[in-house]
Formats: sequence, structure tokens, C-alpha cells
Amino acid sequence: MAERPEDLNLPNAVITRIIKEALPDGVNISKEARSAISRAASVFVLYATSCANNFAMKGKRKTLNASDVLSAMEEMEFQRFITPLKEALEAYRREQKGKKEASEQKKKDKDKKTDSEEQDRSRDEDNDEDEERIEEEQNEEDEVDN
Amino acid sequence: MADVAVGKDKCGEQRLVSLPLSRIRVIMKSSPEVSSINQEALVLTAKATELFVQYLATYSYRHGSGKEKKALTYSDLANTAEESETFQFLADILPKKILASKYLKMLKEKREDDEANDDESDDGEAES
Repeated sequence: MAERPEDLNLPNAVITRIIKEALPDGVNISKEARSAISRAASVFVLYATSCANNFAMKGKRKTLNASDVLSAMEEMEFQRFITPLKEALEAYRREQKGKKEASEQKKKDKDKKTDSEEQDRSRDEDNDEDEERIEEEQNEEDEVDN
Repeated sequence: MADVAVGKDKCGEQRLVSLPLSRIRVIMKSSPEVSSINQEALVLTAKATELFVQYLATYSYRHGSGKEKKALTYSDLANTAEESETFQFLADILPKKILASKYLKMLKEKREDDEANDDESDDGEAES
């Protein structure tokens, strides 16, 4: 897949919002400054990825994982990011676990519903049989009486 | 793949990550040596990038000359890239700007220096 140049950029609106929330109220950010920060962010991703990949390769793995990214931050001297990143990772894992449990519960409920529908159907059949038997018994009694 | 995560969801809670994971993934994959990326690594990279944007912005603002004007300018960022070790890796993409006239003057001076050196090394040979 060939990437167009703009694909390697991050959306301006989101970048601007992150900057505005970080700076004190009323601070003006020039368009050039915004664009520069956006470019810097893309370069940061590349640098972090390359660094993380080195750790993966050291571990003889082909897939980048969370600990590779954390090690990369340490290496790049962004230790200040490590604690918030670990918190984010915990939150993400909890969220994933919650989603998994919710979908498993849904499946269980669905299976239970299907089972109970089958039970209802067979119960109806049993009732029919019982009714037939009762009728037969009554008939027999009638016969005996006669 | 619904990866676009907005800042706040319907309940007003802070979403984990604001930057779109799909875009982050594209940038990461553009790196030739990378084979595959686990979902957690993707989320962490996106989060780290947000932290980076915040850090770069606040650092540049605090150390920049725009503070009196209550503004963040390009030169604040370029100064950060040049002066801070942590942000050195940005030096190439955030070069300091100089006036065009100053640059032309620098070029001229350099050319004169070069010519002076050439004259010294020449043994009277005519330049072709």
C-alpha cells in the first residue's frame, strides 16, 4: 500500500486540541507552530517505532509489544511518559477484559435462550401426550362403567 | 476497524486515546524493518505521541520568547529542537530560520573564503 504524504500526518484538529489543552488559556498558537508540532509528532512515532523494534529484535520477536514501546521511551529519555503509559495500559487491559466478558455473557445468554426454547417445545409435546393418556383413561373408565 | 477515538465519549468520560489508531499504524508500518504491531503497542504509541505533543508544546512555551506575548511561535519550537538534548532529534525538521538577506550574505562570505583558499593552492594555473 503506497502511502500518500498526507497519510503520514496526524489530523490537525486533534493535534490542535491536545496543544490547547496543554497550554494555559488564551495562549495563541501560530499556524506554523501547529504544523511544526504535527510534523514533530510524526517523526516521534517513527523514532519510537524504530527504537521499539530494536528491543523486539533483541528479544527475537517479530511483533512489537507494549514492553518494547516502554523500553523505547526509556531509551529516548522520555522516562516521564512511563508512569502515565503504564496507567493507560492497565486501563486498556481492563477495558478489553470487560468487553470480552460482555460478549461472552451475551453468547451465554443467547445459548440459554435457544436451550429454553427447545425445552418449551418438548414440554408442550409432553403435555399433549399426557392429555392423550388422560383421555384414554377416561375412555377406559367409561367403558368399564358400561 | 473502528479506531477513531474521540476525546470524550457520550458519557463525557475521557477516552483513552484521542489520536486515530489507524493513522498511527500507517506511520509505524512505513518503517521498513517493522513486521507486525501488537494492539497494545499501537495504543501505547498513540498515547505516547499525545504526551509528546503536550510536552513539546509546554516546554517550548515555557522556554520561548513568546511567553510575554502569550503566544507559541515556530521559533520557540526551533529553539527547543536546537537547545534541548531531549528534542535534538527534531533539529533537522525544525531548523531555525534566518532572514534571506543574512543567508545570502553567509553564502557570499563562504564563496569568498573558498576562492581565497583556491588561490593559495593554485600554482599560478589559469582557471578553466
